[in-house]
Amino acid sequence: MHCRKCDANAVINMRHHRLALCGTHYDEWVLMQTDRAIEKYKMFTRDERILLAVSGGKDSLSLWDVLLRLGYQADGLYIGLGINDPEPYSDVSLEKTKKFVDSGQWTVNSDVDTEHAARYTPTLHVVDIPQTYGKTIPQIAREKARGQGRPCAACGLTKRYVMNRLAHDKGYAVLATGHNLDDEVAVLFQNTMRWQTGYLARQAPVLPASHEGLTKKVKPFCRFYERETATYALVRGIDYIYEECPHAVGNLTNFYKTLLNQLETESPGAKLSYYLEFLRARGEGLFEKFNSTEELHECEVCGQPTTAPGRCAFCRMWDISAVVR
Amino acid sequence: MDIQYRGKKWEVKSGMTARDALKKIGLDPESVLITINGKIATDDVVLRETDQVKLIAVVSGGE
Repeated sequence: MHCRKCDANAVINMRHHRLALCGTHYDEWVLMQTDRAIEKYKMFTRDERILLAVSGGKDSLSLWDVLLRLGYQADGLYIGLGINDPEPYSDVSLEKTKKFVDSGQWTVNSDVDTEHAARYTPTLHVVDIPQTYGKTIPQIAREKARGQGRPCAACGLTKRYVMNRLAHDKGYAVLATGHNLDDEVAVLFQNTMRWQTGYLARQAPVLPASHEGLTKKVKPFCRFYERETATYALVRGIDYIYEECPHAVGNLTNFYKTLLNQLETESPGAKLSYYLEFLRARGEGLFEKFNSTEELHECEVCGQPTTAPGRCAFCRMWDISAVVR
Repeated sequence: MDIQYRGKKWEVKSGMTARDALKKIGLDPESVLITINGKIATDDVVLRETDQVKLIAVVSGGE
């Protein structure tokens, strides 16, 4: 199959767009589509500092590469969860992240203008959970019996807390994550299956800061299929961690992704249509009445916003009782 | 010819498209990327006997 724009062999055939592109034109297309999404959903500007949650995976490293090439001031935050048993998963994830930063590759190996990219030197913040809080995520999950045998609940709570805390403390205007379309529709499907209207009301490419202690959260890759972000990483030669988190194996989200991929194979564009029509309905107010009206107040220990009385869920889980501001 | 994926190998006949080969071994074309002889390829490529085919999981990575 040939590229739609030239005679070169295509590296990707996007059936839902009826578009096949070679490596060079696909690279350009990804940059253009990302910039369009940022503009359409008013995510951030080039004057604002962005904190990007990076994990060493294809989505976050690809997004970081794209944002820097587009001239955005994007720094990274890596959170070490201490998941190194049986395989050194966290160690390898950090290694891949550091390798990306050290490579400076967003300024080279590109046919796209890299003048903007060359001006900004990104910072990588690293928060090591075992070092900072004394236990790994699997350990705290076991201790607190949170998550029915899987550390995912403890992991999610910890990551969200650390991301918001660091973004807020260091004055970042916005917090970005590499969530892709497949991630979004898997969650959307799960929330629809359970009719979790509160979650449906809050699922969007942009989550505004609803409290002075919260940072606006954005997902610039939310319209890209997972195979599109993976292809971008390969085209750009980004060395990312291929293995999944060992605790993610067999989880419900991956099961839903498998189902939705089967649907997509039979009906190209189904996933994108599902997501975009949901956003349209949400934009028209379909879930308005399910928006939470719970008041947020400051955690008595760390000062972060919480709906719970006294200490926030993070401070309670990690048994933090001293004032840490 | 062999198709390699996540440490496993499947033997398929040459002359079919990559997409048909994936379906034959029970893999969803939406869930993998195809590399043939080290280069990314679309799934309409007809596989030859000498091709080295490696698949990359689309769902992968990151904490």
